[in-house]
Amino acid sequence: MELRNENDNSGNLLRSIDWFTMVLYLILIVWGAISIYAATYDYDKASMFSLDEFSGKQFMWAGLSFILGLVLLLIDRRIYEAYAYPIYGFMIVLLIVTIFIAPDIKGSRSWLVFGPVSLQPAEFTKFATALALAKLFSTYGYSLKGWRNIAIAVTIIVLPILCIIMERETGSALVYTSLVFVLYREGLSGFVLFAALCAVVYFVVVLKFAAVTIMGIPLGLFIAFILVMVVIVAMLLIYCRSLILGGRVLLGYVGSALLVWGLSLLGVHVNGYVYFFTVIGVSLLYLLYGMLHDDMKKVLTTILWAVASLVFMFMVDFAFNNILEPHQQMRIKVTLGIEEDLRGAGYNVNQSKIAIGSGGVLGKGFLNGTQTKLKYVPEQHTDFIYCTIGEEQGFVGSTAVLFVFLLLILRIISIAERQHTAFGRVYAYCVASYLIFHLSINIGMVIGLCPVIGIPLPFFSYGGSSLWGFTFLLFILLRIDADRKAYGSW
Amino acid sequence: MRKDYNLEKRKWVIGGFVVVLVCIYVARLFQLQVMDSTYKANADSNAFLQKVIYPSRGLIYDRNDSLIVYNQPAYDLMLIPKDVQPFDTVDFCNTLQITREEFDRRWADMKKGRNYSAYSQQIFVNHLSAQDYGRLQEKLYRYPGFFIVQRILRQYNTHVAGNVLGDIREVNTKDIERDDYYRPGDYIGDLGIEKSYEKYLRGRKGMEILIRDAVGKIKGRYNEGRDDVAPIAGNDLKLSIDIELQEFGEMMMNGKCGAIVAIEPATGEILALVSSPTFDPALLIGNERGKNYRDLMNNRFKPLYDRSIMGAYPPGSTFKPTQGLIFLQEGIVNLSTAYPCHRGYINAGLRVGCHGHFSPIPLKPAIQTSCNAYFCWGFKYMLDKRAKYGSVGNAFEVWKQYMVSMGYGYKLDVDMPGESRGFIPNTAFYDKIYGKDKWVGQSIISDAIGQGEILATPLQIANLGATIANRGHYITPHVVKEIKGVGVLKKSIERHDTKIDRANYDPIVEGMRMAVLGGTCRAANLPGIEVCGKTGTAQNPHGRDHSVFMGFAPMNDPKIAVCVYVENGGWGATYGVPIGSLMIEKYLRRTLSPGRMAVAAHMGASHTVAFANSKAYGPAKKEPAKESKPSAGNQPTTVDNPKPNQDGTKE
Repeated sequence: MELRNENDNSGNLLRSIDWFTMVLYLILIVWGAISIYAATYDYDKASMFSLDEFSGKQFMWAGLSFILGLVLLLIDRRIYEAYAYPIYGFMIVLLIVTIFIAPDIKGSRSWLVFGPVSLQPAEFTKFATALALAKLFSTYGYSLKGWRNIAIAVTIIVLPILCIIMERETGSALVYTSLVFVLYREGLSGFVLFAALCAVVYFVVVLKFAAVTIMGIPLGLFIAFILVMVVIVAMLLIYCRSLILGGRVLLGYVGSALLVWGLSLLGVHVNGYVYFFTVIGVSLLYLLYGMLHDDMKKVLTTILWAVASLVFMFMVDFAFNNILEPHQQMRIKVTLGIEEDLRGAGYNVNQSKIAIGSGGVLGKGFLNGTQTKLKYVPEQHTDFIYCTIGEEQGFVGSTAVLFVFLLLILRIISIAERQHTAFGRVYAYCVASYLIFHLSINIGMVIGLCPVIGIPLPFFSYGGSSLWGFTFLLFILLRIDADRKAYGSW
Repeated sequence: MRKDYNLEKRKWVIGGFVVVLVCIYVARLFQLQVMDSTYKANADSNAFLQKVIYPSRGLIYDRNDSLIVYNQPAYDLMLIPKDVQPFDTVDFCNTLQITREEFDRRWADMKKGRNYSAYSQQIFVNHLSAQDYGRLQEKLYRYPGFFIVQRILRQYNTHVAGNVLGDIREVNTKDIERDDYYRPGDYIGDLGIEKSYEKYLRGRKGMEILIRDAVGKIKGRYNEGRDDVAPIAGNDLKLSIDIELQEFGEMMMNGKCGAIVAIEPATGEILALVSSPTFDPALLIGNERGKNYRDLMNNRFKPLYDRSIMGAYPPGSTFKPTQGLIFLQEGIVNLSTAYPCHRGYINAGLRVGCHGHFSPIPLKPAIQTSCNAYFCWGFKYMLDKRAKYGSVGNAFEVWKQYMVSMGYGYKLDVDMPGESRGFIPNTAFYDKIYGKDKWVGQSIISDAIGQGEILATPLQIANLGATIANRGHYITPHVVKEIKGVGVLKKSIERHDTKIDRANYDPIVEGMRMAVLGGTCRAANLPGIEVCGKTGTAQNPHGRDHSVFMGFAPMNDPKIAVCVYVENGGWGATYGVPIGSLMIEKYLRRTLSPGRMAVAAHMGASHTVAFANSKAYGPAKKEPAKESKPSAGNQPTTVDNPKPNQDGTKE
């Protein structure tokens, strides 16, 4: 019975594989290797496939990864399911070992060197973490409820983050935060995403407008205070559905603001801290009282949210100046446009913007990019590979790359939703989350919308580890998906 | 498993997020690539040429504001191989006045270079003459891909002070790794103050961003020059060196190995820093630099080695004033304490020789006559005074602390690279040799007279002169008086007080004055200038004794402290005293009397070693004997860097 089943499967394998994804994968890796050839192209050294060149090596890696993918396709999904935790455990141990034995390469200790080949275990932890998370959610009776269950899921995600931070690869570590999408899909309150969004907005606002002072406080804090007020009112009206509470609080805010404005006309200037703390404090006390009459839990949530926001606001400044390293602060300042350091931290991004911008609609043509050829853009074949595409293939090419990625991600989401098991679904969402994160951060930084965080563009950036890591992720997904009918819902 | 359709709806949130994100990015790309006119204007294979504009390197003046080092433009012919198109090589070679063979050789050399890339700037000819530059400039348009970069060459108004001024060289890979300010082809200070004040002298490079078309023709400035960065010229330096005195000092050291250091005691400003043999700074500029540098490196008298701050020598008897000060301060002796000297210190089978003078002898005459025995006895009594210190180890640590406070044993932190710290042993050093507390004062008695393990740089010895002149403190010695636009460095006004009371300096000063009036330094007695001095005749394992002088003048309003150190020069009085007194006279009077001119001429003509001339230049040959003119029975001796006598054994 077992045996026949397997035979059936392998016979069906070709038919049950999601060829759409496979084709997208092949498009991406070939496009990637060609771009690397263009990015490192040198006048005298012209062979695309020579193993002395980055492009040749990348083609080798791509070929090997394709073979590896085929091997992965032949492995039954039950193996992945059964060995999910051991694989995860092994990878975590490997990460920790790496911290101690890896040589220091540009300040990071994340590379294992085997003779001529260097591997970055962090790239392979991605699929291991995805498997472990999938396994966890497929455990009978598990759901994302109760502190204990949430804690287990969070631990699985946080462990690799800690290890990779210890390897001083902060960028790669941040990738795992994207798994919050998976948790969200599996039932984590949408509030968490909302909070994350608020946190980002506060962070940007507080830092960006720190220089100007209004009412005796920095403009950034001023705006953040007003945002807190707006969200309190909005939550009362929309989330708690309490017209009375929301209306009264809104009246209070508007009234007090008018009062302060009137006083300032008379020459009496109220300090911003005094005003906001008084008004917000009073409104929160009023809500505490209002809780007795209304939907207790939701009003309490609103109050907690407001308090947390205030605490966060004041922590941002402290954290930024005291926890982040100077080069990280600089990158963020450059992105927020607070400082323009074209010769230092802003150099890469400015040059990459020039390169992309100079591409125009149709680009300068394959191998004709001068900006990248003249090595104005550092790391042009790794993290800044998208530059070469922008410059040589123009708006058409760079948009096309984005769309192929978009198609791939949406396809993976649809694959996820057609799974009959939590294991398959969670795994697929993990893959999608990683891709979303890499895509948004990498391209965002190249076009100057995100701070510079050194993570590769999947399938494009030079490097075997990254390519293999994503190949693992994708082909295991393909196999799990191919087997979905055999492991239908029960 | 129950499908939760409520949760399934969340796929729209996640999918929607990605779609929105991609839309934002596409919009941004649209803005950058299609909308933005500045980038659009540069489409179709245009590129930016970032042309570095080199700032002018800071100028260097001496203490009397005469310009010593300035810049002269030089022109490098550069090219970007990819942009080069077929051109008339015959015409090109004629313009540059080079042969076809040389052209081919240069082309091949360039391609072999380590940083060669067809896409980056390569140097084809460096330091073009102004004439070549002029001719080429007119025809440059015929050679696409070639362009000219203006650089700065150092020029010197003097042939002296090479050790102080130093030189500049092209950066190497290590420099670039260490400081990403530098790009290949940039210059960096290599020796002397060019190195130690590099950060001030270099200024800040500027950058012009030019737009280039596909054939490499410059089309104009990017963004109308709004993103260009103007270069900032380096800060000028004003040296504390008196270039005339420096020149005079170098002349005095002609034909001798050694050093002269002159310091203004009140300010710590170094008036002259002579190291001999030395080199003409002009040797290390331009195309000849590589060859000349190699020759200087290979010269066996090591002209690049700055003996004044790097040479660690036994200070000999110039060390004795420090001992007198310590004994007084610690109450080992008072002014009437006298020790016996019967042609030396003779105790327990050991004899440290001395010369004839009365006995027993108190402190001041002991300094006057440079009595070895007096300081040996004092040193022995101090170290063996268990009642006071408990053990010889403790006593020696106390002693060492005094020495350190007087500027010995550690770098003085002069503003020049490569300073040596000299050597003052500590208790642990002798415990290791003899066993813990298994030694007594007599074991290390030669330390008392500046021999044994003691080593000091001429700078430290001169600094001692300044300390005594100041009666108990010194300012960190420095050669740069002021950085224009920045001011005076904090460390250049830092005052260091010794651990010796001011009162204890008076008898030492008197002793040194007596030495000049009627002791070992009689030759330093200048009419009208109250010179105080101390000779030294330092034994060393490299042949004849070193001739040393340390002194200052005038006694009560000191303007100059000086140390002269002549390797293998014999008695302190042979070279040290006359040269030292000439330096003092030259500085205080600016001119010498005819009689003293003769002394100076004699000094300048005397050789202790036989190299062609003091501008030692040219590889070490067998023995350039023809130029050697033995004076006062000196024979040529080799010179090595004195090394500490590590085994610590006594003869």
